[in-house]
Amino acid sequence: MKTKIKKISRSLIWASVATASLSFSAMTQAADTIKVGVLHSLSGTMAISETTLKDTVLMMVEEQNKNGGILGKKLEAVVVDPASDWPLFAEKARELLVKEKVDVIFGGWTSVSRKSVLPVVEELNGLMFYPVQYEGEESSKNVFYTGAAPNQQAIPAVDYLMSEEGGSVDRFVLAGTDYVYPRTTNKILESYLKAKGIKDADIMINYTPFGHSDWQTIVSDIKKFGNAGKKTAVISTINGDANVPFYKELGNQGVSAEDIPVIAFSVGEEELSGIDTGPLVGHLAAWNYFMSAESDANDEFIDAWQAFIKDEDRVSNDPMEATYIGFNMWAEAVEKAGTTDVDDVRSAMYGISVPNLTGGTAVMNTNHHLTKPVLIGEIQDDGQFEIVWETKGGVIGDAWTDFLPESSKIVADWSAPVQCGNYNLETGVCSGQNY
Amino acid sequence: MNQSVSQLIQRLLGSMLLLLLLLVSQPGFSLTTDKLEPLLKKSTWSQLEQVVISLTNEGSDASQTVLEHWLNGRLFVVKKQKQLVYAEKTPEKKYRIYDLLSSDELGTVKKRALKKVRINNQLRSVLKTALASWDLKSKNPDTRKKAIYASLKTLDNKTLNAFHVMRANEKNKKVLSALDVALSLHTFQTAKGAAQLEAIHVLTDFNHPYVRSELAASLADTSSTELAQSIRVALAEIDQRQQYYGMAESVFFGLSLGSVLLLSAIGLAITFGVMGVINMAHGEMMMLGAYTTFVIQSVFPNLIDQSLFIAIPMAFLVAGAAGVLIERLVIRHLYGRPLETLLATFGISLILQQAVRTIFSPLNQEVATPSWMSGSWIINEALSLTWNRLYIVGFSLLIFFALLFVMRYTRFGLNIRAVTQNRAMASSMGIPTGKMDALTFGLGSGIAGVAGVALSQLTNVGPNLGQNYIIDSFMVVVFGGVGSLWGTLVAAMGLGVVNKFLEPWAGAVVAKILVLVFIILFIQKRPRGLFALKGRAVEG
Repeated sequence: MKTKIKKISRSLIWASVATASLSFSAMTQAADTIKVGVLHSLSGTMAISETTLKDTVLMMVEEQNKNGGILGKKLEAVVVDPASDWPLFAEKARELLVKEKVDVIFGGWTSVSRKSVLPVVEELNGLMFYPVQYEGEESSKNVFYTGAAPNQQAIPAVDYLMSEEGGSVDRFVLAGTDYVYPRTTNKILESYLKAKGIKDADIMINYTPFGHSDWQTIVSDIKKFGNAGKKTAVISTINGDANVPFYKELGNQGVSAEDIPVIAFSVGEEELSGIDTGPLVGHLAAWNYFMSAESDANDEFIDAWQAFIKDEDRVSNDPMEATYIGFNMWAEAVEKAGTTDVDDVRSAMYGISVPNLTGGTAVMNTNHHLTKPVLIGEIQDDGQFEIVWETKGGVIGDAWTDFLPESSKIVADWSAPVQCGNYNLETGVCSGQNY
Repeated sequence: MNQSVSQLIQRLLGSMLLLLLLLVSQPGFSLTTDKLEPLLKKSTWSQLEQVVISLTNEGSDASQTVLEHWLNGRLFVVKKQKQLVYAEKTPEKKYRIYDLLSSDELGTVKKRALKKVRINNQLRSVLKTALASWDLKSKNPDTRKKAIYASLKTLDNKTLNAFHVMRANEKNKKVLSALDVALSLHTFQTAKGAAQLEAIHVLTDFNHPYVRSELAASLADTSSTELAQSIRVALAEIDQRQQYYGMAESVFFGLSLGSVLLLSAIGLAITFGVMGVINMAHGEMMMLGAYTTFVIQSVFPNLIDQSLFIAIPMAFLVAGAAGVLIERLVIRHLYGRPLETLLATFGISLILQQAVRTIFSPLNQEVATPSWMSGSWIINEALSLTWNRLYIVGFSLLIFFALLFVMRYTRFGLNIRAVTQNRAMASSMGIPTGKMDALTFGLGSGIAGVAGVALSQLTNVGPNLGQNYIIDSFMVVVFGGVGSLWGTLVAAMGLGVVNKFLEPWAGAVVAKILVLVFIILFIQKRPRGLFALKGRAVEG
């Protein structure tokens, strides 16, 4: 027993010496590198989605370094693991900003992880890029939102469904996982649908817990709801793992896309890679990017990604494009500002435009949201989406939705003279909150 | 594989013969030229729809082939030659292309050389309705029946005449009743007076949802009180029948949820129930079973339909071996110290999860469903049960009774019971207690592995699979009564059914909460669960 302890303590000492020397070498390097913090969960429930984004940032850093870095300095990625644990996100963000002194953070996936990081980046005046579609109702001075706001995903999707091409749907099921993103999105959608003349009786709202796996009753209810004679569609904000059993049940109960199409906001190529998509052909998803988009930039990106991850079958998805856009914007803003100072980079960000992967350009607005196109894709039997519809030109991301009475009068504008993320147009008062 | 080859040959021969016939009888046949022209270009959806209509009006078998390939997403344009072909995917992710008319193989190309002819849901339903006119002549009665139902929404005189002709010669009962629905529905929509009332009377006996929605829709704009009255009576009868089927459906859903609970709990009923080990790594044993299925399917990609039969014994061995290993290395040292066991097994579960993440990637893995488990058993238009759930209900009961048999009627089972009831006595009778502990733990873990194979057909196969079931499985074992196998069965099925009856009424989230609250209250009243063990064994 004693020798065991001795052995353990000896290896402990060696380990601490090793870490000390590592951090020492990091310190000597600090002067001539720019540090990029990566705050994505690498373990726990969200690892499935977030690991990919960590790899995307690492790939972008590597490519930038091959091209000579930024401002003549090399980039250095600092990866931490917040382990799908929301309070840990705040701690790890603090660690990145205070201890590692990173110049920028790329991170977050769930809204609750972002909300937990917010106070930290605001207190320490950090800079964070958040790459996932979300419910809006927020604009922090220190965060750039490169994913879609509700008006860049949910609203155009409903417009598509109600159009003749989309099947002139006039009966809707809003199905979601029970947490903040689906709840807020469905609230926005419900008031939008009612404004469009859809009656209460033609809207069914349903929430399920995280990781729900027994969809029999709900799918059977949807089937009954859809059999009432009107054209019905399901708008799904079902998150993560729960999607696979949901789609399986749809397939098994014989709900086909011509009868009741499902349009999803959280199902991308990555989610479909764990599922046989044969029975799902025709169901839809709304995103700002699909892997099947035809552009040279996209071909290059996919080739680089598959080479980086050493897997020819690996897919790309929308949050990856958002990371790509965010990273390139940041790199360009740093070059433009000539420094990594957060306030200078932030002012340089406004109006900056970089190519997106679908053949257009993305522009950063003063409300910290992007202008980008909205695409509707149809699931194919090879797990890819085929783009069946897209908006003409880009859609400007709206931080505060116009379809909820309490937020329709609020705007976010971080340029002078407003300089506020929560400005009330009626009273002319900035709420004082940063977000 | 053989089947698809022979199908291919059959189709090849068929199309060649067809081509020959066409060449002889129809010199002016022009399928490949102007009619299909819009498919080669970037056309609007309405232009594409026109193509479908013109092909349908033409009515030739060649048109049917084109439409079928189109519907199934196999119709492509070769970008360079601007030629329409149909293509099949090869295992190497390339496409083997065939001439549209002659079905001659034209070679294998990369995906980028082809452009798929566009299709969306609108067009799909147009295509399906169009193809129905060919399907009416099909030899398969199910196809004929489906074709009749598919044309319900677009009943025109041409289709109706075809139905009348069909009805005279049709022998299959199901097809006849589908024809009755279509004809009566048409009478109901067009006729007046007695004929209309008679049609309502016939329609009342059918469950097709479109019938109900048409009746309900016409109720709003009818002026005759007599008619309105008979529609109301018909609707009430249909609704009552559907409520009845809805109940049957809920019971089935409940039993199927129960069977999943049973599968996830039954291994724990051994390790926790019989041995008293609080095994937090139980879920990960199921995960190992599910990954075994995945590995088996990737090793034998051509045996998807048989893969589960190989996976079940393999999963038992893999998870069982893991269980024996865990017992020998860790748990053996911690008997009688439940808190330490809890922490240690929780640690093991984290290690196993991260190990799977490192070996297989954190992404979910695709486990294919065998064809015999897909789809549903359609009892009638209002009630259908999904095959995968049906098989899993059966499978869980099979496992349960097999385990019951092992525990009660085999020497191994006798030894297990002896060791757990009185260790010292069993030991002095010559039973190797250490070995028995390891084997019992292995048995429980192995059964969890087998449950994992079943779960791989229902849910994600990923590193988190086990976590999602661990709470539920403890809940079932505690509620059923620790140590009682029958208690586990009753608890699982009971909780499943109660949950499914609460769900439509309270929503999935609240239903789950209510069930948990109920169990907490029940355990307050009866701490030993539903089927408490009695006698001296309990005190020991």
